[in-house]
Amino acid sequence: MSELFVGREEDFEEQDRRLIVQDGLEIGVFRVNGAFYAYQNQCAHRGGPVCQGKILNKVEEVLNEDKTSRGLQFSKEHLHIICPWHGFEYDLRDGVNAGNRRLHLKKYEVEVRKGGVYVLI
Amino acid sequence: MKEVHESPIKPIDVYTDTRDILAHAKRQADANKYEDYLIVDVDSHHTETNSWHEIIEYIEDPVIRAQAQEYQQSRTGGPPYGLSGDFGLKYQGVGGRIPHNDNRLETVEEKDVHRDVVLTRRAMESFGLDYMVVFPTPMLFLGTHPQPEMEVLLGRAYNRWLEERLLPGDERIKSFMYLPFNDPEAALRTVEDFSEVKGSVGFTITSARYKPVHHNQYMKLYAALEERGMPLCFHAGYYWQDSSMSLLNRFIGMHALAFVLCNLVHMTNWVLNGLPERFPKLKTIWLESGLAWIPFLMQRLDHEYLMRTSEAPLLRKLPSEYMREMYYTSQPMETDHPKALELTFEMIHAETQLLYSSDWPHWDFDPPSVIFDLPFLSEQGKRNILGENARRLLKLDER
Repeated sequence: MSELFVGREEDFEEQDRRLIVQDGLEIGVFRVNGAFYAYQNQCAHRGGPVCQGKILNKVEEVLNEDKTSRGLQFSKEHLHIICPWHGFEYDLRDGVNAGNRRLHLKKYEVEVRKGGVYVLI
Repeated sequence: MKEVHESPIKPIDVYTDTRDILAHAKRQADANKYEDYLIVDVDSHHTETNSWHEIIEYIEDPVIRAQAQEYQQSRTGGPPYGLSGDFGLKYQGVGGRIPHNDNRLETVEEKDVHRDVVLTRRAMESFGLDYMVVFPTPMLFLGTHPQPEMEVLLGRAYNRWLEERLLPGDERIKSFMYLPFNDPEAALRTVEDFSEVKGSVGFTITSARYKPVHHNQYMKLYAALEERGMPLCFHAGYYWQDSSMSLLNRFIGMHALAFVLCNLVHMTNWVLNGLPERFPKLKTIWLESGLAWIPFLMQRLDHEYLMRTSEAPLLRKLPSEYMREMYYTSQPMETDHPKALELTFEMIHAETQLLYSSDWPHWDFDPPSVIFDLPFLSEQGKRNILGENARRLLKLDER
């Protein structure tokens, strides 16, 4: 196990990301609601550069009590990273695919220590 | 502790270079040693509307050409001159989630060839391809144009542009000439005039249209193609205003069905009216409908044919047996049900009839790894699908 220094915690805005490369291994590090998450830049679908994609809130459809649709809205809770190759979406908090829970990204632990952000690989 | 400095990888947007978008595909190509394989991509695209100001210069009718020039120079707020289609209903990029489908504004320094040649070369380099067959994009809707004569004029202008501007740029880039199928005589004239174009490997009917392929008025066209040994391809597309498709409120539903429905209809007419018996040497290729529809239609037609043989008297064998002799491109290959996919490969004789295609740069593109990584293919079958079937069919040189 080794660790990679990603940056200073104070330099990360909310929903910020850093893309790091070490010996050919590409990792995306994201800040969501103050916490940090890291994933390999490799989509579970076709191997696309998922961490280089858009970060958008999950889309939800809201139903009324009588089951009629009220239309679409962005989730206030779930934030997705979306692979720019084909649009596969993953929840940034656990790396699990939005459409198929059996698909997920490779996750790395992140440590914040004395103001520094580190990924354990 | 290792410190990481400036990252060479960045978020991807419409300005990102093709080679950066596809850097992982290049890594797959290197790891799988694609240089040891002949790989032919039989269906990719360029966006011809970015060059529409050039293409309209090839319109032969001087009045229409002048109107097109004036429109392109002065008109604001409209799509390119003369094109029909769905205007703003182009949701393929899923709200910007798939940037390369929305636009490709990357820097191109090269001036010696057309920009689209450079973009195509970058994709070939990234995917590890030997040949890339390019098709237009919005022109896939031209078969729904209310003016048949406009399909003739614009299709012909595009063919001339291909011949003079795009295809001479790189001998690895190939194309199928556009057939203005709504005018049978003009379609025949297209075959007569464009069969010898360097870089052309056949002719294409864009499938989103409402002309029955078995009508007597097309027999001279098919005879001309057969006589010249030129393949005929049916490139799928969608038409959301189609009365059935207009029931679908989500793009995903419309796209999933429409890209298959058009070829289901044309294939059904093609087989039941005995076109394979009438033109046994004419090779047909069915593009961009995926593969799952083929076993469905084989089963469906065989089942009904045996009860209603008198309605298809030209057939001398089962519909599925004719379909098994035709060619299909692979993309968008439905890979989420592996057992069904394996059976599909068996039913369509994929090892000799299937042609790899990427559909790059569209949103549902397939890199060559979709074929390379299949666990049930023989080594020769893999080589055939990736390139050898296409090389034989399209008469390409070995590289």
